[in-house]
Amino acid sequence: MLALISAFIAGLVFGLGLIVSAMVNPAKVLAFLDVAGAWDPSLALVMGGAIAVGLIGFAVAKRLRRSLLGLDMKLPALRHVDARLVIGSLLFGIGWGLGGICPGPGLVAVALGESKAFIFLIAMLVGMAAFEALDRRR
Amino acid sequence: MTPDWNHFTPWTALAGGLLIGLAAVLLALLNGRIAGISGILSGLLRPLQGEWPWRLAFIVGLLAATLLVARPEIHIEASTPMLIMAGLLVGFGTRLGSGCTSGHGVCGLSRLSMRSLVATGLFMAAAVVTNYLARH
Repeated sequence: MLALISAFIAGLVFGLGLIVSAMVNPAKVLAFLDVAGAWDPSLALVMGGAIAVGLIGFAVAKRLRRSLLGLDMKLPALRHVDARLVIGSLLFGIGWGLGGICPGPGLVAVALGESKAFIFLIAMLVGMAAFEALDRRR
Repeated sequence: MTPDWNHFTPWTALAGGLLIGLAAVLLALLNGRIAGISGILSGLLRPLQGEWPWRLAFIVGLLAATLLVARPEIHIEASTPMLIMAGLLVGFGTRLGSGCTSGHGVCGLSRLSMRSLVATGLFMAAAVVTNYLARH
């Protein structure tokens, strides 16, 4: 039960961060990506702020054998860069550059009743399901 | 590169970033899990299993955040066909590449992961080039 409450709170704080930082606004994201036009550097500070806190927190988390709630630690163990990582990241980047929407902000925008974000979300879930189906056949 | 200082919002960007980092650290320390939205969401598409409840709780929390603050400005320029294309690419790409802006960009870079550094560099570069070609 405690693990569910902490996951809920983490999700809540994450969502607040996306809203406060304006990451939920695709126009703002595209203005950040538009380095050749009127470039809005704000989102560099979002990443910088998140990583500043993350560096400290994950340095501690990496040393834990079990989580503070006594759960197993499931932090990624993979180390090698492979074709899947490279191609997947490029495809994601192209999609992100087209709409200015990545998964977290997409979800939050749907919760705010944005119909265009809903279209994006459905397509994203189809994309994820398509990957799962292909991957299972391998 | 010409910064657009009129639309630059350093303090809210920094504050929001700190909150995002805090959320990722909370989930790592308390639950031992990575706050990667694409991974959490796609995990909910698989059959019900042990990792389901915390993922659902996280997503519910993420959505509930909209109830706590004033409605933010959201402007989506892309057309419907463009949004469908974008969604398909983001969904498929994040699964193939094992992460998105949160999993690789925030958690991965914080863990000093080489894989995430490569992933983040590539998706940022791809997004900048795509946006450039679409706009200019």
